Amino acid sequence: MTAISTSGLTKRFRGGQLAVDHIDLAVPDGSVYGFLGPNGSGKTTTIRMLLGLAFPTAGRAALLEVPMPDGATQVLHRVGSLVEGPAFYPFLTGSDNLARYDAADRTADPRTARPRIEAALDRVGLLAAAKKRYRNYSLGMKQRLAIAAGLLRPRELIILDEPTNGLDPQGTREVRALIRQIAADGTTVFVSSHLLAEVEQICTHVGVMRTGRLVFQGSLPELRRTGAARVTVQTADPEAAAKVLTGLGLADARATLAENSGLASGPAPAEASPGATPQVPPGETPEVSALLGDASPEQVCAELVHAGIGVRGFAVTSPSLEDLFVGLTGEGFDVGG
Amino acid sequence: MSAADVAVPAGHAVRPVRSYLRFFTAELRLVFRRRRNLLLLAVTAIFPLVIGIALRLASPHPQGGNGAGVAFFNQLAGNGVFLTFIALSTLLVLILPVVVAVVAGDSVAGEAGYGTLRYLLAVPAGRTRLLAVKYAAIVTFGLAATFIVSAVALVAGAALFPVGPVTLLSGTTVSLPDGLVRLLFVTLYVAAAMAALGAIGLAISTMTEHAIGAIATVMILVVASEVVDNVPQLAAAGPYLPTHWWLSFDALLRAPVDTSTLLRGLLSFAVYALIFCSIAWARFTSADVTS
Repeated sequence: MTAISTSGLTKRFRGGQLAVDHIDLAVPDGSVYGFLGPNGSGKTTTIRMLLGLAFPTAGRAALLEVPMPDGATQVLHRVGSLVEGPAFYPFLTGSDNLARYDAADRTADPRTARPRIEAALDRVGLLAAAKKRYRNYSLGMKQRLAIAAGLLRPRELIILDEPTNGLDPQGTREVRALIRQIAADGTTVFVSSHLLAEVEQICTHVGVMRTGRLVFQGSLPELRRTGAARVTVQTADPEAAAKVLTGLGLADARATLAENSGLASGPAPAEASPGATPQVPPGETPEVSALLGDASPEQVCAELVHAGIGVRGFAVTSPSLEDLFVGLTGEGFDVGG
Repeated sequence: MSAADVAVPAGHAVRPVRSYLRFFTAELRLVFRRRRNLLLLAVTAIFPLVIGIALRLASPHPQGGNGAGVAFFNQLAGNGVFLTFIALSTLLVLILPVVVAVVAGDSVAGEAGYGTLRYLLAVPAGRTRLLAVKYAAIVTFGLAATFIVSAVALVAGAALFPVGPVTLLSGTTVSLPDGLVRLLFVTLYVAAAMAALGAIGLAISTMTEHAIGAIATVMILVVASEVVDNVPQLAAAGPYLPTHWWLSFDALLRAPVDTSTLLRGLLSFAVYALIFCSIAWARFTSADVTS
C-alpha cells in the first residue's frame, strides 16, 4: 500500500504561474519520507492539494489510497497534519484549542475527547501548559501544539510541512525526536523541509522538488548512489597522471590544486613538463581527479604506480548528501561567495 | 456534499446528528465566550435602558406624548411595553445590523485570518458542514441579540412606565398577555431579518481573509440599502432591498394583523437567506484555501 500517491499532479495559479508541474509522488507505507526543496519549489502547494485545501489543475492524488480531494471527509481523519505553521485561536488555551478541532471531527468520539487531548498534550510535553492561553506560548510550544493536534487520534499518516521552521536547535531536536517516535509507532511520516540536514537523519525516503518538478524520488541509499565517486591523486606529475587516468577510461580527468596550495604557485600542474621532476614543496601538491566510474580504485592506483608516477596521495570521494541535494535543487541565489 | 460525507468507517461510527450538535455547541461556545462578542451583546442591552431613561426624563407626564411622528412614542407614555418596539426599531437602524455583521463577517474570514480554517478543513470538518454550523451560530447570535433588546426593554419599560392592556396602532386595545405574545412574534420577525442579513455576511465572509473587510462591506450594504430605500425616486426598487421590510413588524401591532405585509417581509428574508447561503456554499466548496 502507498500512503501517498499522485500522478501528474499539477497546480497552475490564476496568474498563470506553474507552482506544481506533473509530479508523481509514491510514499511507501511505513516510510519516513523527506519532501525536500528550496522555499518556493512547490512543496506547500503540493501538501495543500494532498489535504484537499487546494484543488489540482490536473492530475490525481490519493491519500491512503482514497482519491483526494473527493474523499477528504472519508480519509482525512486518518491523517494528521501540520501545514504552513501552527494556527490556533490566540484567546483560547492550548487544550481548549485542541478540543475545538476535535469537536469539528465528525468521527471523533466525544466521550474520549478529554483523555485523548491530554494524551496528545503529554506526548509533545505541553501538559503543564494546557491551561495557558495560546497567545502566551513560545514559538516552539506553538509548533508542538500543532503536532499535538495531529496526534489527537491514532493516525496512519502524518503530514508535517516544515515542522522545524523558526525553531532553535533545541526545538529542532525535540521535533526530530517526536517524528522518530511517531514513525516508531508504525505511522507513515511525510515531512517537508528546505534543509536536507534537518531530515537526513530521520528519513528513509526522499523526494526532491525544484521549481515545481520532482527531480528525484527514492530511498536515501538510492540518492547516495546518484552521486558519482571521484578518484583524486596527489602527485608531483599531474599531467602524466591525468593521461593514465584518461587511458584507463576515467572521464573528466582534470588537474586541481590541493586545498592548502598557495595561489602564488599558479597553474603549475599544466605547465609541468613531462620529463622533468618538478620541484613542488610539500603542502602545495597538485592534484588530479577524475570520475571513478566502473573502474576499481585498486587497479587505478596500481596502473599509476606502474606508469612510474610518484603518488603522494590517493583518495576516492563521494559527494555528501548536501552536495547532491544542492546539485539537484540548484544553488540558492545567495550561494557562491 | 456527496454520499462520501456520510460514510464513516465501522468502529468510528458517530451519529451524524450528534456530531453536528457537538460541532455546533463548540462553535456557540467560541462565539459566546469571545470578549468582543460579549461586548456587542452588552451594547444591545444598554441601549434600551438608555432610551427608556431618556424618554422617561423627557416626558414625565403620562399624557406628554413626546416624539410625535413615530407611532410608538405616543403610546409609550401610556404603556411601558411600547419601549420594546421603540428599542427594536431604533436599534434596527444601526446597532443590531452591526452586531450581526461583526459575527457573520468574521465567521469564515476570521478563521482564514487566523489560519485555523485550513486545520478545520484538514480535521476534516467538511466544507458544507462547517458552513452550516457557522450559519447556525450566526442566526443564534442574532436571535440572542434581538431577544436581549426585547427583554431589557420590557423590564426597563415596566420599571419606568405604567403597564397594562396594550392599545394597538389601529386603536384597538388588547390584553397584556395578548400584547406580550405579539411582542414575542415581533422579536422573532426581527431575528428573521437579522438571519437574512447574517446570510449576506456569511457569503461576503467566504470571499476574503480579512474579517474587518467583510464586516465593513456588510455595513456599507446595509447603509446603502437604507439610503436607497429613502429616496422617493427609487421607490420601485424598495421592496427588493434587504432592509426594506425590517421595520414592517408594526404589522403585528394592528388588529387584524396585517399578514400580507408580514408574509412579504418574511418571504424577502427567506429569499435573501437562500440566495446568499447558496453563494457562500458555491464559493466555499470550490475555492482554494490559501490562508
